[in-house]
Amino acid sequence: MTASSIQTIADIRTAMAEGLTAVDICAQYLERIAAHDGPIHAFTHVAKEQALERAESIDRRGAEDPDLPLAGVPVAVKDNICTRGLPTTASSRILEGFVAPYDATVIDRLTKAGAVVIGKTNCDEFAMGSTTEHSVSGPTHNPWDLERVPGGSSGGSAAAVAARLSPIAVGSDTGGSIRQPAAFCGIVGLKPTYGRVSRYGLLAFASSLDQIGPFALTVSDAATLLQAIAGQDSCDATSAVEAVPAFDAALREPVPNPTIGVPWQILEDGVDPDVHTAFSAAIDVLRGQGAKIVDVPLPHAGYAVPTYYVVAPAEASSNLARYDGVRYAYRAPVDAAGADLTSMYDRTRDTGFGDEVKRRIMLGTYTLSAGYYDAYYLKAQQVRTLIRRDYDTAFERVDAIAMPTTPTPAFGLGERSDDPLQLYMGDVFTASANLTGLPAISLPCGYGASGLPVGLQLTGRAFDEETLLRLGAGYERDAPWWRDTPPAAAIRG
Amino acid sequence: MSDEVVSDASAAGIEPVIGLEIHAQLLTNTKIFCGCGTRFGAAPNMNVCPVCLGLPGALPVLNRRAVELAMRAGLALGCTIQRHSIFARKNYFYPDLPKGYQISQYEHPLATDGELAYVADDGPHVVRITRVHLEEDAGKSLHTAIGDSDRYTYLDFNRSGVPLIEIVTHPDLRAPRAAADFFARLRAILLAIGVNDGNMEEGSLRCDANVSVRPAGESALGVKVEVKNINSFRFLQRALEHELVRQTELLRAGGHVVQETRLWDEANGRTVSMRSKEEAHDYRYFPEPDLPPLEVSETWIAEVRAALPELPEARKQRFIRDYGLPAADAAHLADTEERARFFEDTAASAGNPKAASNWVMGEVTRRLKAAGAGIEVVGVTPAALGRLIRLVDTGVVNGSAAKAVFARMYGSGREAEDIVRAEGLSQIGDAGELTEVVTRVIAEHEDAVARFRGGNEGSLGFLVGQVMRATRGRANPKKTNELLRRALTAREAAPRTDE
Repeated sequence: MTASSIQTIADIRTAMAEGLTAVDICAQYLERIAAHDGPIHAFTHVAKEQALERAESIDRRGAEDPDLPLAGVPVAVKDNICTRGLPTTASSRILEGFVAPYDATVIDRLTKAGAVVIGKTNCDEFAMGSTTEHSVSGPTHNPWDLERVPGGSSGGSAAAVAARLSPIAVGSDTGGSIRQPAAFCGIVGLKPTYGRVSRYGLLAFASSLDQIGPFALTVSDAATLLQAIAGQDSCDATSAVEAVPAFDAALREPVPNPTIGVPWQILEDGVDPDVHTAFSAAIDVLRGQGAKIVDVPLPHAGYAVPTYYVVAPAEASSNLARYDGVRYAYRAPVDAAGADLTSMYDRTRDTGFGDEVKRRIMLGTYTLSAGYYDAYYLKAQQVRTLIRRDYDTAFERVDAIAMPTTPTPAFGLGERSDDPLQLYMGDVFTASANLTGLPAISLPCGYGASGLPVGLQLTGRAFDEETLLRLGAGYERDAPWWRDTPPAAAIRG
Repeated sequence: MSDEVVSDASAAGIEPVIGLEIHAQLLTNTKIFCGCGTRFGAAPNMNVCPVCLGLPGALPVLNRRAVELAMRAGLALGCTIQRHSIFARKNYFYPDLPKGYQISQYEHPLATDGELAYVADDGPHVVRITRVHLEEDAGKSLHTAIGDSDRYTYLDFNRSGVPLIEIVTHPDLRAPRAAADFFARLRAILLAIGVNDGNMEEGSLRCDANVSVRPAGESALGVKVEVKNINSFRFLQRALEHELVRQTELLRAGGHVVQETRLWDEANGRTVSMRSKEEAHDYRYFPEPDLPPLEVSETWIAEVRAALPELPEARKQRFIRDYGLPAADAAHLADTEERARFFEDTAASAGNPKAASNWVMGEVTRRLKAAGAGIEVVGVTPAALGRLIRLVDTGVVNGSAAKAVFARMYGSGREAEDIVRAEGLSQIGDAGELTEVVTRVIAEHEDAVARFRGGNEGSLGFLVGQVMRATRGRANPKKTNELLRRALTAREAAPRTDE
């Protein structure tokens, strides 16, 4: 195993067993980023010095230390997760120059597991968007076609892994922000059950929907990364007490005679034919492996997007109130004429936030206002319960529910910039998992006619990521799409 | 001023309707949602962390001790503790509010539907408590006293995230003085149950008042005005008196009261408009998604209830019932736990609660007042004071000598009996010894004797005083009286010593 052929965590373990050091691995990935990230722009900050220092300390400690399951493994971190000593801006001007004085719990856990934070990745501003175009540092490009979006909001993390600029990455998923870019970039992305991974240190977008999760090339790597970051955290009151199973061990056992539900009815309209074809082929693979495929109705699925776009902006309008120019980061220059507090607030928030963020803050402020709360926010919360009931009913007879991750493959940069509503509708298959809190994984399942990746989404029971990972690993054995490398990748498989 | 105001208004047939919102800082060691300390007086921004600074990504975790203290307050105020309550965000922009929202409770508070019943000078009162809820305090804006205060406002976040309870009353108070009296009683309770330190100067106890006026006898409420920035009982009374006059005059002049928030301006003795109803914030309350609903078990509620100390009002009633004390004395003695304990220990040692009450209310209080100190530094133990009272009750010393003994005991640690023995202060109750003195006094004051025999009863007191003088106060007053009367009313002859 040579450094330049490394792709996965398993490759890194092999390489290190054969004598490469964590510093060698780190240097290899830093070189790849330097050489190949220019046209992709997956990274907003490369932590070169800190990463090499960290790799050195792992080499001193010894890669065979059993406490270091991610010894020497570089990890790319979405820029809305706090990293001590590195910029954390959520791709927003309003956090220009902000360096977090503390590590998010996931960073803490990754560090303890021996991982090396290699850099911060681009995203839609405050994770609001599904293209990674709404970033103060400019858009990320899809490694499969640089003229197309990588998806979002965690587009930088997805593109980094797809382009082999980092073996694994963490992102956050509020309405599909891990799964949709994973699908667009042809990699594995998992949104864990709400509460499975601590949100402490994640810049809140919609607190009741946000969840941090892994990106990886393989299901096994996604499982290893999830293992490292999952589990209750005393700093997050919404983190769950449920025990975290040993995913790695479980992966070796396929799910015996699984039943997989498909809501065929909601796939009838608005799904790109290429996506439908790739999805159906993936279902055939699963059936061929012994899965029983049944039709499941999800009667309230059609309400997921409108419900999501009431709940998420409402919470965002409150969560983003702290960015006011008073205590840290960006403050609009105040001229002598308008030096009062209110104009400082107005100008800071007007020039510090991008249009999409402002649009959602205004939507959310409106729906929480006196006289509208019951009609919007409260109603949306009630619909959430109905959607969750649909899933609970379905899970009485199925082990997982399969859908395409997105209705279309990656679209062109700028193509949907003027049509937020159409963009919002792209969340049709992903938003439900956030509204219900259920875990969902996106797996690469082939390509459309234009050669762009298509994603297969599996949704599972609460705290049953294990079944999703086992099903995913089983599918991946017969359909190893991850071995294909995109044209803009640092290495060619 | 106050009585004038009240009579003025009632002459106009106007009645004030007052409700209070009281914020009390809970006596926890750490803040409500993080591990930072709550100590007052630390250097600015020393007790802060990512959570109470509202840094990006930080999350709140509820302090269990704060919940316990809030439950204690709720139970002491007769509230129902809700097994399930919900935190909510109150959204507004202010530089000292680091998250842009305050975490509070809104639709589902921790404690509801209580009441505080008590007997004041003017009779019994019942003030209903609408709710007691938990919330966090904001930081502090420093506008003055820093070198460049003319150009900058500074912010201190030490107070940000300090746990508070907000206690909301029904509009059950009908006079400014009654409101101030209620607030004082509430403060005493919060102190007694160890929930709050009662320190209004440092802002750990604050009060806002809602006040409206209406024609006496009317049941509909008038337009209410909220008065903020009240940090003493006196200010509360003055602010309400001012509002009562202001609102009454508005109505008298044919105008109407505008719903608004006003600030008490102590320097000028008046309230000033802060913001009108139209300018009122829309706080856009919604359930706090970062905190799960607060669930408290029946067991926990029972534990907190069992640990509640006896409250001043209940203790006062017990003192009246069990010791037969007058209401005013009982109220004073029951007011704080320390004073009540001192009294009860003295009473137990003396075996005479009424005498113990008189001593604590009299000599002991006088001493403490003179020293400007509280009962915690009293210069005599309850046991020693009780033994002095026993000496009086068994006739060893009389009342006036007892005061002299007390003066020597206080602060010296000496025993009453030793003082009595050493200074020869024991009472002369022996008829033989006393008769000698009586005979001498009668012989020396023929005029007074004549006046008494001429029907002037008052002369007897003069003669008793002469006996006391002759014995340096040690004569048993009752026996002296008896002996004198008998001697004077006997035949013209001098009293017979063998009687």
